[in-house]
Amino acid sequence: MIEDHVGLERCNDFVVKFANVNGSGSASANRLFTRAVLRMGVPATPRNVFPSNIEGLPTWYEVRISEANHLARHGDVHLVVAMNPQTWDKDIAEIAPGGYLLYDSTKPLPPSKFRPDIVVLGVPFTAICNGEYGDARQRQLFKNVMYIGALSALLDLDVGEIERLIGEQFKGREKLIAANLHALRLGRTHTLETLACPIGLRVRRADAVGDRIFIDGNSAAGLGAVYGGATIAAWYPITPSTSLAEAFQRYCRRYRVEPESSRHRYAIVQAEDELASIGMVVGAAWNGARAFTATSGPGISLMQETIGLAYFAEIPAVIFDVQRAGPSTGMPTRTQQGDLISCAYASHGDTRHVLLFPEDPHECFLFGAAAFDLADRLQTPVFVMLDLEIGMNERLAAPLHWDDARQMDRGKVMTAEALESAADFGRYLDVDGDGIAWRTYPGTHPNRGAFFTRGSTKDGRARYTEEGAAYVENMQRLLRKFRTARKLVPRPVVSQAARPARRAAIYYGSTSPAMEEAREMLAERGIALDLMRVRAFPFQEEVMDFIAAHEQVFVVEQNRDAQMRALLINEGEIDPAKLCRVLSYDGTPITSRFIARTIAEEAGVPEVVPLWKATP
Amino acid sequence: MTFVAKPKLSHPELPRNRLGLTRRDYEGAVSTLCAGCGHDSISAAIIRAFFELDLPPHRIAKLSGIGCSSKTPTYFLGRAHGFNSVHGRMPAVATGANLANRDLVYIGVSGDGDSASIGLGQFAHAMRRDVNMVYIVENNGVYGLTKGQFSATADVGARSKRGVTNTESSIDLAALALVLGASFVARSFSGDKAQLVPLIKAAVLHKGAAFIDCISPCVAFNNHAGSTKSYDYVREHNEAVDALDVIVGRDEISADYAPGTIETVVLHDGSILRLNKLAPDYSVHDRVAALAHIQDRERAGEIVTGLLYVGPESKDMHENLNTVATPLASLGDAELCPGSAALEELNATLR
Repeated sequence: MIEDHVGLERCNDFVVKFANVNGSGSASANRLFTRAVLRMGVPATPRNVFPSNIEGLPTWYEVRISEANHLARHGDVHLVVAMNPQTWDKDIAEIAPGGYLLYDSTKPLPPSKFRPDIVVLGVPFTAICNGEYGDARQRQLFKNVMYIGALSALLDLDVGEIERLIGEQFKGREKLIAANLHALRLGRTHTLETLACPIGLRVRRADAVGDRIFIDGNSAAGLGAVYGGATIAAWYPITPSTSLAEAFQRYCRRYRVEPESSRHRYAIVQAEDELASIGMVVGAAWNGARAFTATSGPGISLMQETIGLAYFAEIPAVIFDVQRAGPSTGMPTRTQQGDLISCAYASHGDTRHVLLFPEDPHECFLFGAAAFDLADRLQTPVFVMLDLEIGMNERLAAPLHWDDARQMDRGKVMTAEALESAADFGRYLDVDGDGIAWRTYPGTHPNRGAFFTRGSTKDGRARYTEEGAAYVENMQRLLRKFRTARKLVPRPVVSQAARPARRAAIYYGSTSPAMEEAREMLAERGIALDLMRVRAFPFQEEVMDFIAAHEQVFVVEQNRDAQMRALLINEGEIDPAKLCRVLSYDGTPITSRFIARTIAEEAGVPEVVPLWKATP
Repeated sequence: MTFVAKPKLSHPELPRNRLGLTRRDYEGAVSTLCAGCGHDSISAAIIRAFFELDLPPHRIAKLSGIGCSSKTPTYFLGRAHGFNSVHGRMPAVATGANLANRDLVYIGVSGDGDSASIGLGQFAHAMRRDVNMVYIVENNGVYGLTKGQFSATADVGARSKRGVTNTESSIDLAALALVLGASFVARSFSGDKAQLVPLIKAAVLHKGAAFIDCISPCVAFNNHAGSTKSYDYVREHNEAVDALDVIVGRDEISADYAPGTIETVVLHDGSILRLNKLAPDYSVHDRVAALAHIQDRERAGEIVTGLLYVGPESKDMHENLNTVATPLASLGDAELCPGSAALEELNATLR
């Protein structure tokens, strides 16, 4: 149907997109593909694009293979594995010219269903399956493994790596291993016998993965909560944060069971709603435990009142916000960085909250653990701002390490002994000048240190008051405390351009890989950019200094209203003209191509040729 | 509205409990509620119950939501930590507090607005979750702080002080608690301390969620003729099913009762509830019958009070969650952090 020679030639640098039906069992086969590429030492970054549905709707799994370590979404698709007739036309249209299509050729399709400028590869998966398996579910599941077998032939994948992965996955279940290997070989053999293999897209063994691990951000954050000493999780199921609470449970079962009694050193409560989950977190933290909730934008909206209570009554709370596209229900299974402002200033009245912005699963773990120290030290809510892109997708990330000498920082807590020897105790007295007062846990001392916690105004000794002066003093102390927070939160990461740059970009969270690649693309075109990755709110002085040191600063983010830019302007009193918006918010992860194009246009150098097109 | 500390002076011959404490040691700040408010009588009953139970005041945590009732924890147990949280959210905050430290005694004070309207959901889930706590609703059928609007417990046909008649059907929190699976349900009246004090004591001793719906007239906005939550109305229509005597484990049983009228309930710690049955056919262990009795008498215009239901010793939230005996808040790095070696092992499985 098409001449072989038009096919693209790309080695260790291409995108494979699997078009599947939700609930068909394709996820584990697709994951097997990615892991096989990783085992060959070639970085691969998968992204799930899935509907808010359990079964029957289209779902895609896009893998970027990049020996050069570009982990961002590419934007092009070089090979489509089309297993969903519903989305056929859209999927075919997406293939880059010269790209490839692998499809189930059991039923003949008219030529009009194809494109002349792509390479069409047909394997009769259904026919092979029907000949091999009687059970309908088996036919479906093994068809998935079979197309991985076909890909191993087409892309020159080391089939031994796939076989080893199957062996590891089903360890101890020999029948399953044999059945999967059989399906794998069926697909591979048929492809080798009927099609010219390999095609122009190839995976060649390399050494570009190193010691990195492959994990999703929600799992890493849940693990971080275990290491951070969280004992109580109260949550309400919501995409895309559910797997964070589930990961916490999984790791607690492994690491938090008292050996002698089999009882739990943790409590996980599925609350009746987000109003209750944040209430439980606040109650637990008030009583001296480390507690967290995991949620997404709609949950943050519901929690506002109690977040304000925690701010004003000064109670630690850790909130993982795995952001999705809002407002309202928005696009529940699509990514966005849209909750910055609703978290930074959550609740009515004058409030400010600490936010952390992890860029990948590694930082999800680090910040997930550090958030509990920060919350205890600052006696205030701390938000860990993930998004669906890093939360629900596996990523290559630096391995996780822990310093065994590290201890939990429980902050300023008066023990019974301290109360005995102290001359005085007032819950909200700023005795150290850093805005952070000393607190006591309930039940500490028979007649010292008890106080009444309330969301209403109080004096330094926690006594109810409506005196304006006492109120203002308290609000000023809270500002002092917020300034103290600047010294404690993760500092920004700066990366200077190869030569002095008058332009710079500020970015955060899951935008990292796209921003880094975009910088390379722009450098090729002669646009030098200094980069600053902001990792926390409140902003340190060096963030404002960085802005002051450049003529033009692009603020790259994944929301419509430039929320980070608004925070920078508001908190740093920055001239808005200086901060250019680079905004991608269609629900798909931001691409390097988009960032490079937008910045080049703003900088007056519009015609950027992407790296992958500039190189042969 | 300001904080008024109570003078520390007390009479040297005040009776002392087993801890050597007097009733004054269980008091809080001076109440700022209206003179004659039913809530103050409930605070006094709470003070007396805890004093008589010989509980160290600082090992109690008192929590509340928002409203007149929710202010009252300031007025009792001044040595205990208190938490006046958010409107309708006391149950969640108390649940979290209880999760953190299972060793303290928890008393949550709420009102009919707090629990039957804005916080109805949280009330329901605290009951079904069986949080080990005393949950008292100081029920006056009216919003006091905002000056007299009906609450969701106001009866159909009740007339407000401004002359408005309530048309929306009322929520009976005690009946609801029964339906929700609460393991201890009682109703009382702030004007009947003889009934209320033993009920609070029993609620404290009971393991699991112990709910007391305490009718507590609002002298400012709901104590007039035409109200069904006034002192006069409740006195007239109060129909107790039992009279309770609480005998803490080590106490000797001394009271005499006529045979056949007494039912004994042994609690998990060996304490005994002696029920002098006033409604001869009433069974305190039959949830369905309790509900039927309440509704039947309500139809006759009566308010059923007393210990309405006590379940067989149930598993509380901690047992259901299988948590360790040590309070979770007391666990340290050694118990909580899996350490570097575990992490290195985990890394190896993620490649």
